[in-house]
Amino acid sequence: MCLGIPGQVVSLEEAGGLRMGKVRFGQILREACLEYVPEVGEGDYVIVHAGFAISRVNEEEAARTYQLLEEMGQLQELDPDDAEVGGSEDTSAGGEPH
Amino acid sequence: MKYLDEYRDEALAQALLDRIRRVQKRPWMLMEVCGGQTHSIVRYGVDDLLPKEIELVHGPGCPVCVTPLELIDKAHAIASRSDVIFCSFGDMLRVPGSESDLLTVRSRGADVRVVYSPLECLKIARSHPDRQVVFFAIGFETTAPANAMLVSRARQEGIDNISVLVSHVLVPPALEAILDSPVNRVQGFLGPGHVCAIMGYREYEAISARYKVPIVITGFEPSDLLEGVLMAVTQLEEGRAEVENQYARVVTRDGNGAAQGLVSSVFEVCERKWRGVGPIPQSGYRLREEFENFDAERRFEVGAIDTQEPPVCISGEVLRGIKKPHDCPAFGTDCTPAHPLGATMVSSEGACAAYYLYGRHHKATTKG
Repeated sequence: MCLGIPGQVVSLEEAGGLRMGKVRFGQILREACLEYVPEVGEGDYVIVHAGFAISRVNEEEAARTYQLLEEMGQLQELDPDDAEVGGSEDTSAGGEPH
Repeated sequence: MKYLDEYRDEALAQALLDRIRRVQKRPWMLMEVCGGQTHSIVRYGVDDLLPKEIELVHGPGCPVCVTPLELIDKAHAIASRSDVIFCSFGDMLRVPGSESDLLTVRSRGADVRVVYSPLECLKIARSHPDRQVVFFAIGFETTAPANAMLVSRARQEGIDNISVLVSHVLVPPALEAILDSPVNRVQGFLGPGHVCAIMGYREYEAISARYKVPIVITGFEPSDLLEGVLMAVTQLEEGRAEVENQYARVVTRDGNGAAQGLVSSVFEVCERKWRGVGPIPQSGYRLREEFENFDAERRFEVGAIDTQEPPVCISGEVLRGIKKPHDCPAFGTDCTPAHPLGATMVSSEGACAAYYLYGRHHKATTKG
């Protein structure tokens, strides 16, 4: 129900007294109300729920998880003992139910 | 799709799992609050990937599930009127009331329409000035801004053949109800990402401090959920209880001020009954007095509705994380998504329906 899909704002328009826009989700283009994201412009990514953009996607924060993991990956390679403690055997069983 | 596919990356998920295995030393029980998170966890088997000492229980965050039976019966009574065009999000169509669901009501001749955005109701009302357009305004804080905008625009544009049947619920009072329970087992929460996109997470800081429980505001993709688990387990292992924000690409501490402003101008906080749980004080919204003309419950005399849930159903305990779908003798036999007996089987975001949908018919396939 609280489903929110990230999409890119491709155009802005005024309709029925409301700030609206076209938002692209992959191949699909849909209209969304942009009243709640006054800071958003063309090219920005937004989260859309029930036809309303509820938040702008912060691109720096979106890249954060990746950066963190890249760093973690490097650390793992540098410290083989630690990697062993982490249980490399467990990794292969990752998909199995417990 | 950007900001979606990368969070379904297997390498990312594997790296997070490795990290969780290193951090976790003791058994912990976490609850994901939002039904969307439950759906994602069961669909991608996130809980099965975790070390067996980390158990995920499923929270009350499915607004379709917790909409009380009497309100659904009321919706059916209103939708059945010949002067009414009844509009609803698609999720509500199959939800059974005491006798039928909206699809059946429609098949009997009622004008029931699915809308993607509440704003579509404005258009329908303008083109049918001789009919009454009623919108089933359900949802958590995430959906409240969309529903509030409908009411606000209807008043501004003087469209008086619109009304809303309101069933709005709020997350923080439900968390408090779970934590206050003497049988509570939850030690940490994955907080609801999109609710907090609107509301921010200051309210959760008060709960975290008062109950000394970690709350990690978390997104909906598998990697989001794994990182949320990692952050919550790290807090628990270190003896911390704070609010942390895993979903910072979407959520800020203060949330969406513009949306909060309109919501509080249209709605006020009130007691709400939750299907399967019962009444929770200050746990929902109703229309403010100045918008009472748009209240479908006032506009249409429906009369008293008496409802009863099947006694076998344990959805109240499932919604509070006390029991799991498999603990119910009716799960998958007398109770299925086609013939649900209670709240958590009525929507795919309900824990029972998610378990059923993704083939977890037997207890042996999950952790006990």
